Amino acid sequence: MTTDTFSAGAPFAMSASPTAVPAEPVKETVRTIDPAANPARLRTDDVSVFYGDKQALFDVSIDIPEKSVSAFIGPSGCGKSTFLRCINRMNDTIEGCRVSGDITLDGENLYDPRLDVVELRARIGMVFQKPNPFPKSIFENVAYGPRIHGLAGNKADLEEIVESSLKKAGLFEEVKDRLHQPGTGLSGGQQQRLCIARAIAVGPEVILMDEPCSALDPIATAVIEELIDELRENYTIIIVTHSMQQAARVSQKTAFFHLGKLIEEGPTEEIFTNPREKRTQDYITGRIG
Amino acid sequence: MTPMLIAAVLLVLMGLGYTQGFSRSRALLAADGARLHSRPQYHGALVALWVLVPAILVLALWVMFGPGVSRAFIVSQLPADIVALEGSQLNIAIARIQAIASGFGVAGEVAPWETAAGETYAQFHFLTLLLVVGAAAGLGILALLYARKRITPALRARNAVERAIGWLLLACSAVAVLTTFGIVASLLTEAIRFFTFVNPLDFFFGTVWNPRFSSTGSDAQGQYGLLPLLWGTIMVAGIAMLVAVPVGLMTAIYLSQYASPRMRNTIKPVIEVLAGIPTIVYGFFALVTMGPALAALGQAIGVEIRATSALTAGLVMGIMIIPFISSLSDDILRQVPQAMRDGSLGLGATQNETIRRVLLPAALPGIVGATLLAISRAIGETMIVVMAAGNSPILRANPAEPISTVTVTIVNQLTGDSDFAGPQSLVAFALGLTLFAMTLVLNVVALMIVRRFREQYE
Repeated sequence: MTTDTFSAGAPFAMSASPTAVPAEPVKETVRTIDPAANPARLRTDDVSVFYGDKQALFDVSIDIPEKSVSAFIGPSGCGKSTFLRCINRMNDTIEGCRVSGDITLDGENLYDPRLDVVELRARIGMVFQKPNPFPKSIFENVAYGPRIHGLAGNKADLEEIVESSLKKAGLFEEVKDRLHQPGTGLSGGQQQRLCIARAIAVGPEVILMDEPCSALDPIATAVIEELIDELRENYTIIIVTHSMQQAARVSQKTAFFHLGKLIEEGPTEEIFTNPREKRTQDYITGRIG
Repeated sequence: MTPMLIAAVLLVLMGLGYTQGFSRSRALLAADGARLHSRPQYHGALVALWVLVPAILVLALWVMFGPGVSRAFIVSQLPADIVALEGSQLNIAIARIQAIASGFGVAGEVAPWETAAGETYAQFHFLTLLLVVGAAAGLGILALLYARKRITPALRARNAVERAIGWLLLACSAVAVLTTFGIVASLLTEAIRFFTFVNPLDFFFGTVWNPRFSSTGSDAQGQYGLLPLLWGTIMVAGIAMLVAVPVGLMTAIYLSQYASPRMRNTIKPVIEVLAGIPTIVYGFFALVTMGPALAALGQAIGVEIRATSALTAGLVMGIMIIPFISSLSDDILRQVPQAMRDGSLGLGATQNETIRRVLLPAALPGIVGATLLAISRAIGETMIVVMAAGNSPILRANPAEPISTVTVTIVNQLTGDSDFAGPQSLVAFALGLTLFAMTLVLNVVALMIVRRFREQYE
């Protein structure tokens, strides 16, 4: 088992796998090879995360299929959000957080110190739990990413990017007459779709969604779920959710996390109808979590 | 002595009232076994408050009418020819009697009738004092007995005390508001007196400041043009802001976004020490260190810079104001929600881009507020400019030359031998009013800017 350890971009070597050895022997997670699934470009190997001395995530290895929706489920504090934030290195901004293991996109290690984290986050976008539009106009919110990355040559290009992003996020029809009003004036569901449009505008390959519907009402949630299903045509999507129904509705692949460990992963249907692990079954039947 | 006596009497009575109310309500409880609406503490407090009410009324009456009564009494003791004098001479006579009565003594010969009047007045004064204290205490005791009698199990003492506390708090906040009105009123009345001597147009738009003191023997009043002083104030404050805003803001950005907690905990208190240095010490620094250094620098680069100039004062004042801006802006920047930073970083923005495009716009209202607060401070600052700006009230554009400011001129016009009859000293009130109006306008503008540019975030 090779373990490359990095902390906030600066590598330091560790001889063996991290100290915290689980009390019971870890069962090697079986990697499912689903012939129907798309090939994976995003892979993780033995990813562990430490907050100071406390280990939050234990040796997670999973492949994320291209252009499909993968859902991470599990009870609160199980490490699913932590793992998600490793994928675009948002954990870099947390002091004392250390990530070890390999996360590769097209074979390129995301924690390679030579890699530009700015570029990485343009390729792997993120949508947060609470809608967090900037205190700017709707147009400026979407134009933010293309502006900082210099994606638009002129004003017309920029307007086109904004319009197509809003269309892809299914928001354009609702806001086309008030593009220059504050994004914070929209309803919660609209704000979240605005945040999705904002992420799309940068042209990412992967979109990470951290419980994107937890602050929304059921109707807004349904709209977002429908949107996620449409987006899968063009983007690889990873969604963290504590709602099993949501995972069942939107995802093709599901991974179940518990106490910082990846317990089981596989095609969504299989996980929900025929889980291999007892803990998975307990969780989806509502006995734990 | 008198206020202390009255306060002591009242305190004793209130203590008595509290214990009486407390024990009386407890006794009710023991006797009937009835359920009291309010706990005994509240009954005690209510009785104590009742003691205070008549006493305060008596004292208020005394404060309002006491001086008038005293004066009338003294006038009745004076010979008719003195009373006939009227005006300031009568006032002087009355003041002399009061001084004799109080035992301080007076300058000059004391006429026998003055001594006699002084003695009777001393007796009268003592009697009225006794009367007032007695009335306050007696009425207080009556109130105590009445309040004690009111105590029943159903009495809502708790609610009454709550209401009284509400009124007390309102009265405290009224102090600040009323003081502001009082200051404005006094500035305004004196300034209006000044404008009876000098045409407001000459004051507000005059370009020459040359008030002649009457002691020079000339009858001419001199010229009171505000503009040189106003320009000096604006120039010094402007230079100060040019120093303080960039340095302070960047310090705040460093502290809130880049510095490690340890670094921050070291740097922030040190910067705040700057705010605690007395301004007169900054004045020394400007006069002894900054001024000569600037003059030497000017010589080296071939520009004439005077040691005491707008530049010296402005630079030092800017240093003084840095902690205002950095401390306030730091707090404001840290209040911008983490979700905003995450959102920007998650889109691939660098930390610098995040600060410029998201954090600063979101924090702008607060930063504008902090800056305007600092400008008000700069405009009102006196000691540094007194010492280091050169005190030369001449309209000049070159910041390397000495200037004078509104505050410095107020000091100059009010210190020394001045009566408040001529424009030479009354002008200080007109200047003060101008300063007050400037800061008021600044605050209003600040509010408008903040409302206009506020970008809402949760």
